[in-house]
Amino acid sequence: MDESREEDGGGRGRADPDGELYRSLHASAEFQTLRRRYRAFAFPATAVFLGWYLLYVVLSSWAKGFMSIEVLGNVNVALVLGLLQFVSTFAIAWLYARHADRELDPIARRLERRYDEETGR
Amino acid sequence: MTPQLLTTTLFLAVVAATVAVTVWASRQTSGANDYYAGGRSFSAFQNGLAIGGDYMSAASFLGISGAIALFGYDGFLYSIGFLVAWLVALLLVAELVRNSGRYTMADQLAYRMRQRPVRTAAAISTVVVSIFYLLAQMVGAGSLVALLLGVDDGALENLVIVCVGLLMIFYVTVGGMKGTTWVQIIKAVMLMTGTVLITFLVLMRFGFDFSSLLAEAAANTGKGDALLQPGLRYGATLTSQIDFLSLGLGLVLGTAGLPHILIRFYTVPTGRDARKSVLWAIGLIGSFYLMTLVLGFGAAALVDTGLGSAVAQSGGNLASPLLAEAIGGGSGSTGGAVLLALISAVAFATILAVVAGLTLTSASSVAHDLYANVIKRGAATEKSEVRAARVAAFAIGGVAIALAIPAQRLNIAFLVALAFAVAASANLPSIVYNLFWRRFNTRGSTWSIYGGLITCVALVFFSPVVSGAPNALFPGGDWAWFPLSNPGIVSIPCGFLLGWLGTISAREPSAEAAFDELEVRALTGAGSERVRAPVPSAAVPAGRLEPVTE
Repeated sequence: MDESREEDGGGRGRADPDGELYRSLHASAEFQTLRRRYRAFAFPATAVFLGWYLLYVVLSSWAKGFMSIEVLGNVNVALVLGLLQFVSTFAIAWLYARHADRELDPIARRLERRYDEETGR
Repeated sequence: MTPQLLTTTLFLAVVAATVAVTVWASRQTSGANDYYAGGRSFSAFQNGLAIGGDYMSAASFLGISGAIALFGYDGFLYSIGFLVAWLVALLLVAELVRNSGRYTMADQLAYRMRQRPVRTAAAISTVVVSIFYLLAQMVGAGSLVALLLGVDDGALENLVIVCVGLLMIFYVTVGGMKGTTWVQIIKAVMLMTGTVLITFLVLMRFGFDFSSLLAEAAANTGKGDALLQPGLRYGATLTSQIDFLSLGLGLVLGTAGLPHILIRFYTVPTGRDARKSVLWAIGLIGSFYLMTLVLGFGAAALVDTGLGSAVAQSGGNLASPLLAEAIGGGSGSTGGAVLLALISAVAFATILAVVAGLTLTSASSVAHDLYANVIKRGAATEKSEVRAARVAAFAIGGVAIALAIPAQRLNIAFLVALAFAVAASANLPSIVYNLFWRRFNTRGSTWSIYGGLITCVALVFFSPVVSGAPNALFPGGDWAWFPLSNPGIVSIPCGFLLGWLGTISAREPSAEAAFDELEVRALTGAGSERVRAPVPSAAVPAGRLEPVTE
């Protein structure tokens, strides 16, 4: 297990001691596409759900009249918005899973395979 | 069979089942990879269950349904923060951390920073967060078990704390990550089964009409529509409104920085499985919190929650157990006794699973970060490292028991929110910067970890939860000058700001150079830790005898 100790040091595998292979993968057009596609989903989605959650918290504190309007029987706006937080969380999770399956994983798998082939893993 | 005897029998059954599975798991545990990461052999679904088991503490099971029973809508607000937080973990953290780390939170920082300073900082923060959380759980366990068994006796509470402590030390030292994960899976299955059952029975009582359940809750509590509207608990003054916003920030940003959640991502074979396990966890945790809505309002509708009632006196913790009793036929009926005992056993399993996860996390960090990489500078053998982890689990468990017994008489409920706030202020900034900011370096990570940690703890120390209020930790003294009980709104920006300042005030070319590698590894999983199918020994090339690659 000595080699795995070394890995703790720099994180690199024995097979790619100075990280050259990683750098060449990083420079590849395929990786740049993967990186762009990942960020293009993850960053805006994070902004959206954080903003939407904070809006909900702020409304609960500072818009009580609005939140107390009854929509359906005893179910009021506050409860509906709360349940919509659940819906939006499930929806974003599902959309990201689909995005990753279709747009990210195929490229990630190809790059990973190339790494394995080059290093003989 | 008396109700107490029934409850005790079920408690012992939980203990027997978890001990048996731990002993079984210990037979499959041989090296560091097994001990820290369960051999990375759990499926995404199993790990999703275990994440749920780790996350849904007694505070959320009994605490949130109780808060809904007492404060209605304001209790529900809690659960939303706890759930939405998982999107941070899903989108930004889980898969990337799994691909770039190994056993602990510090691993992915150490990938491109100087080992010793970042590992020391991360280990300190891990142990502090875990001890806060652990203490809250153990103190809760003592009073809760006494309450569930219907005995009010200080000596018994101490005995319960000692027993829970010894059990968690046993799970962690003997079973390692495998044993602990199975304990969490058992707990998650019990928790979901129990919750589904009670939710179904409550909804059936109201003819599956949620609106009439709400009407009955509003009427039975005498609070009327106020129960269904914001403001029963928070929002009377501007300070408490800001305090609530601060709490919300801590909850939503803290989860993805909780060390015991982060190390769960290492127990699956690949980064993609880590992502899938978070998806399972979101499904489980989300449906669980939806059901606590029914449990909470169900308790408000069917159980006495007024001033001086058992539910109010327990701070809401007894709402779910007493609801189970009421829905089963009421006190004295067989159905009531059976359901009460069942829910009590679920609560007990919940406590055991969460404390085991926390102990394992701190022990792993002490052994892997402090012992093996800081003290031994990476020269420790695998065997001595695992031994150090077991010793650390003993020590941390012992400290937790020793602190929990005197802390019983103190009001330490704020510790859970504090643990989330520290995770959000000290851990999350460095995790996010490390994964997404090339320039980020060792000074930036130590400044953000220590800075976030110290700001958080100091602000709480000078807040009304520690002194200057009747329900404070030290009600006698008064040195509070910080008005909020939740520090997040100040300490989280502080952690991010210090991380930025530290980074731009120093240059570390090696950390910047390693960023490309980290990025490739985090996004593709190339070269990450994984498990290979066992190969016949003749086919194994020299120097590659372990199932773990690299």
